[in-house]
Amino acid sequence: MSKPSQSSTRSGPAAAPPTPRRRFLTQAGALVFGGIVCLVPTLSGLAVLLDPLRRRSKAGKFIRVATLDSLPDDGLPRQFPVIAEHVDAWNRSLEPIGAVYLRRNPGELRAHCLTATCPHLGCFVNYDDESNTFKCPCHNSMFQVDGEMIEPSPSPRAMDTLECKIENEEVLVRFQNFYTGKTDKVAKG
Amino acid sequence: MKALLNWLDDRTGVRDFVHEALFERIPGGARWRYVWGSTLVFAFAVQAITGISLWMCYSPSTQTAWESVYFIQNQMQGGWLLRGLHHFMAHAMVVLMALHLMQVVIDGAYRAPREVNFWLGLLLMQIVLGLSLTGYLLPWDQKGYWATRVATNLLSVVPVVGPQLQQLVVGGSDYGHHTLTRFFALHAGLLPGLLVFFLALHVALFRRHGICHKQPAKGPDAMFWPDQVLKDAVACLAVMIVVLVLVAQPVNLFLSEHRWPIETSHLGAELGAPADPSNQYSAARPEWYFLFLFQFLKLFEGGGEQGELLGAIVIPGLIMLSLFLLPFLGRWNLGHRFNVGLILILFAGIALLTGAALNEDYRKLWTDPSKFAQLPEIIDEVGTDDQKIAAHFQNDKAKIDKFQEDLIAFEKYKKSKDYLEAVEQAETEAQRVTILASTETRIPVSGAITLLRNDPKTQGPKLFAARCASCHTYAEPAATQGDAQPAKEPAAPNLFGFASRAWLKSFLDPKHIAGPNYFGNTSHRDGEMVGFVNETLKDWPAEEIQNAVMALSAEALLKRQANEDQKDLSRIEAGRKLIADAERCVQCHKFHDAGETGSAPDLTGYGSREWLVGMISNPRHQRFYGDNNDGMPAFAEHPGDSPENMLATHAIGLLVDWLRGEWYEPPDGDTQIEIASE
Ligand code: FES
Repeated sequence: MSKPSQSSTRSGPAAAPPTPRRRFLTQAGALVFGGIVCLVPTLSGLAVLLDPLRRRSKAGKFIRVATLDSLPDDGLPRQFPVIAEHVDAWNRSLEPIGAVYLRRNPGELRAHCLTATCPHLGCFVNYDDESNTFKCPCHNSMFQVDGEMIEPSPSPRAMDTLECKIENEEVLVRFQNFYTGKTDKVAKG
Repeated sequence: MKALLNWLDDRTGVRDFVHEALFERIPGGARWRYVWGSTLVFAFAVQAITGISLWMCYSPSTQTAWESVYFIQNQMQGGWLLRGLHHFMAHAMVVLMALHLMQVVIDGAYRAPREVNFWLGLLLMQIVLGLSLTGYLLPWDQKGYWATRVATNLLSVVPVVGPQLQQLVVGGSDYGHHTLTRFFALHAGLLPGLLVFFLALHVALFRRHGICHKQPAKGPDAMFWPDQVLKDAVACLAVMIVVLVLVAQPVNLFLSEHRWPIETSHLGAELGAPADPSNQYSAARPEWYFLFLFQFLKLFEGGGEQGELLGAIVIPGLIMLSLFLLPFLGRWNLGHRFNVGLILILFAGIALLTGAALNEDYRKLWTDPSKFAQLPEIIDEVGTDDQKIAAHFQNDKAKIDKFQEDLIAFEKYKKSKDYLEAVEQAETEAQRVTILASTETRIPVSGAITLLRNDPKTQGPKLFAARCASCHTYAEPAATQGDAQPAKEPAAPNLFGFASRAWLKSFLDPKHIAGPNYFGNTSHRDGEMVGFVNETLKDWPAEEIQNAVMALSAEALLKRQANEDQKDLSRIEAGRKLIADAERCVQCHKFHDAGETGSAPDLTGYGSREWLVGMISNPRHQRFYGDNNDGMPAFAEHPGDSPENMLATHAIGLLVDWLRGEWYEPPDGDTQIEIASE
């Protein structure tokens, strides 16, 4: 756009041509100043837009999810909400941040924990007690009670396990979210 | 590249388009006086860019609007800059619009064949003002909330449909979520959409007519690109620099105590305390460019609804309408001169009204209060009785007139003082809520207003002023002793530093106990305690008195005194023994296991949170003053939050926490009152 082929429009005589040097300076000046003034709002907007990239979710702490009583050792998965301090921009509050399936095998004193989030694209996985399997309502991924995938399923990996432990008759879980759609389980952080 | 351009041009004619846009002929060459329109387009572009970015972070509801703006301003990177740009560019836009209008009228650019474009310009002006008005409410702070309430309340004076109109604008019968969603939709959707539409027409028509060139031409014709573009760009740069200076708030920088690092709340646009319908805000003013309307309306004070209709809607509307008629008058040369005169008078009037409004609000700053020194006395004496006034001045006409004049000036002075105090109070609350919102616990889901409502530092003084100050004082004793006695004698003790060592030490001092800071103006002045202090206590060794003071003060478990209490454990122990000595305090008082209640207040836990809550709830209880209570009301006689109680438990708690100096302070913040310890 810096090289006009003719310097006349519809009507009127052409302007007296300025010297090339002067003309160049005018063009450069217009571009530079014009650029600067447009850059200021754009950059400040961009800074704010990119702000979410600065925010990290804190490494999960162990959270009390259930009492041992509510988890009999019958090998069947049971669903529990995870209630924790949740920081959402300007708010901090105690609220459900997700759900997990806990299971205790007969005679065992340790619990197994699976997150209820489907590793395919993040829908909430249901447990079907008739077939004793997990079924995702979105694209029909299926998993065994221990979280292993039942082929064929669109999910790229088995259900995500979460660290959990039993302390003082209570089940504690280290709750985390993982990126979905990948073959590897990668924690969001 | 070239091939691609050719391809595109072939299908769209983009070259011609760009060519047409850039190579507009400017008869007589580029000139500075042509830049105003371009700066306005630029300002609008900045508003669009910053506005959309803000939009991505803003949440319009009464529990999240202030909160999200707070988050933008103080927690997001560059948020203060973004908000500041948007805010001050809006101001710049109003100024530029005024300049553009003035220039168009003076240069005669509104005359045939450009009438329609002039009208489009006036429409655009309305839209921009509408954007300002709606944007002012969006942060949902006290300032915007109350000012906009006034503006929308004016709608109700519109004949016939007024109340319905108001209800529609507000989105219900009262301010709430839907007020915000409506204003936001107007501000970010409808109005900008209209603006873009009319702006496109405006620019298209402008191009059709060409620039309205100023005669005589200063030089040969030039092209829009690059000659005029350069001048436009420099003008935009100047606008941007001014806006950036405003954003940096140099005044605040110099005034603020902590210069470095600069807190983001001191930069860019101001954010007041969150809107609170229950918290009066006496400093509600519209943005400065609407002040003239605000002031104009005052001219119709006393006119009732008709007056308001006239001042707020009819006359401003007629003036606006008359602007639409300028092109017709402009057909004659005389008419053009008239128009120029009209626009100048209009702007002069606006300037005058704005000046008057500012003068009313800020006159305290340049008024010398000493000239009113005698006034209150005279007013006390003569009141508003004309005869008495005449008698006081021995019927000296000149003196009476002077007095009447002073009286009016004094009233104005007081009004201005109130206004400035309200502004300061609002700023204090705004800073306080920012501190509270920046803690680890952040903002509760119920909104930032909860933070202020639960803050003893904010609520304590208000509750005290409303409920306690009719009898009690709360002032550092040094300030009220000697010459500076308070105007009104307090009827009850000064509660500043209640139960602290300093407070108790003076209490047990014969010089003070019957003074105005303690029992001086109560029935206890002739009571046994005063007698005990005057007769018995004076024989105690100073060391013992101090031990007792320390022990009693330690009962209060004052956080501010925790270090001293920890340090003086052995003296406190000695003091406790003294208090519990059957020959001393427990003769009348109860103290832990010693003594009985019934004749004097229980000293167990004296001044502690629980003790104070009990005392305020019911001083007539056996544990406190029983039948000796001297007129202090029981603020919560009934258990629980009974509606019969004068104060809710929550409020009493806030009051007590404030009296005990217990409120949140940021780790490196200076604590407000340091209770003197010896
Ligand atoms: S999200 Fe579960 S199968 Fe797609």
